[in-house]
Amino acid sequence: MKRAKAQSAFLKTAVYAAAALTATVILFILVYIFIKGIPNLSLGLFSLKYTSTNVSLFPALINTVTMTVLSLLIAAPFGIFAAIYLVEYAKRGNRLVGLIRITAETLSGIPSIVYGLFGYLFFVTAFGWGYSLLAGVFTLGIMILPVIIRTTEEALKAVPDTFREGSFGLGAGKVRTVFRIVLPSAVPGILAGIILSIGRIVGETAALIYTAGTVAQIPGSLLSSGRTLSVHMYALWAEGINTKQSYATAVVLLVIVVGLNAVSSLIAKKFTRG
Amino acid sequence: MSKQKEKLMQFIFLAAACVSILAVALICIFIFANGIPAMRKIGIFSFLSGTEWRPLNDIYGIFPMILGSIYVTAGALIIGVPIGILTAVFMAHFCPRRLYKVLKPAIDLLAGIPSVVYGFFGLMVIVPAIRFLFGGSGTSLLAASIVLGIMILPTIIGVSESAVRAVPESYYEGSLALGASHERSVFFVVFPAARSGVLAGVILGVGRAIGETMAVIMVAGNQAIIPTGLTFGLRTLTANIVLEMGYATDLHRGALVATAVVLFVFILIINLSFSIIKRRAEK
Repeated sequence: MKRAKAQSAFLKTAVYAAAALTATVILFILVYIFIKGIPNLSLGLFSLKYTSTNVSLFPALINTVTMTVLSLLIAAPFGIFAAIYLVEYAKRGNRLVGLIRITAETLSGIPSIVYGLFGYLFFVTAFGWGYSLLAGVFTLGIMILPVIIRTTEEALKAVPDTFREGSFGLGAGKVRTVFRIVLPSAVPGILAGIILSIGRIVGETAALIYTAGTVAQIPGSLLSSGRTLSVHMYALWAEGINTKQSYATAVVLLVIVVGLNAVSSLIAKKFTRG
Repeated sequence: MSKQKEKLMQFIFLAAACVSILAVALICIFIFANGIPAMRKIGIFSFLSGTEWRPLNDIYGIFPMILGSIYVTAGALIIGVPIGILTAVFMAHFCPRRLYKVLKPAIDLLAGIPSVVYGFFGLMVIVPAIRFLFGGSGTSLLAASIVLGIMILPTIIGVSESAVRAVPESYYEGSLALGASHERSVFFVVFPAARSGVLAGVILGVGRAIGETMAVIMVAGNQAIIPTGLTFGLRTLTANIVLEMGYATDLHRGALVATAVVLFVFILIINLSFSIIKRRAEK
């Protein structure tokens, strides 16, 4: 009996200690980056052109936005349509459907450096696009595809079958039911998936170094190279100087991530309220 | 007319779904077609088990990098798994509701922080700490393990928490009714029932750790030699690719793609065991 009591106390301590440690680590990382970074945010970091004296992160910020929008334009339609097929049309036990699911799962497990290498071999070299925004955009598009498929699938599955039956009962066809009834009710879930994808794109580095390249300016065309914010941070490290600017870039990245998470939880709240 | 439209749309949906098959096929073809010939030329055995990586002399042995990836992943697990699982148990069975509302989004945030930021944090905080405590340069197996251990925390906590929550409440109540304390009920009755789900989370963490590139590059030192201690530098498979791809040509480039082949095979094995265990957990 005494042993059991001691054991309970020990387990309780371990659980609380682990949780406290996790919380401390999170808090420490955030506070550290903000305290070290915010004083380093200067106006020069937001000038339109990068020079070795101002080390501006603004071109990288613009590139990040451009690449995020374009990758989503490529991946979202395919991902959403794929999920519609898997949830609304696919029959259970179909071999092709099984293959689609396995490949989507495989895609989500592939490390980003392998995507980067593939993008380099396929888009940059085989297609002859060179280091370019376009090569980066397509590489990212493939990378976020499984995220969009999975989240959209979950959102579609959450739509009650009575909605579909009601629509069929009123004489609507399948396609009409999907676009007019099912998809609109699944919008919050799909949006959450898209925000998750934006987070992945913003944080991505390894897949971009050898596809979109590391040029620090806003490129004139989609076929020129340009670095995103994360790649910018990597490049600053590789050059070995500019610690202050790295802190500042880290702050901007963290602000974006915190913002995305806030938006996503807002949507989730709306979603659960119905 | 309408029927044709229905058929057409169904075909479009199916075609979109097949994109992921196409993508996996293309990735496999391009990585393997570029990597395997180089591996053959070097000699598969000397490539995999060679302990020297000297591109200038056309010597390509990636054994140090294979070991590097394994060591770093093991280190990340030693740090991340106990903390992660205990935190997951806390989140599911010990956390007051108001704290949960703060802690849960904070852990989600941890998952969203870009890996370069982790790497930079490691470089600025963990590496100097190790340098101060143990001497040496600080960029080391230990630094990489700590950074990766933190990075896999959200994955392990998230998956383990939902596995623990999925255990029927009656298990817990039954144990309480038999006189066990809250802690003992959670650990000896609820937790064992959630074992496969927790294991799936750990495997997912392994995948993340072994595939991580940027954070590791910044804190591991990247020497292409077999590390002999916790405070020695090492290079992972992922780091090998990123560091040298920029200037590699011919066989050297092929050897780097072949490094990706090895990594890819590792990942496929991990994915496969993940889906097997997940399926078992769902049963």
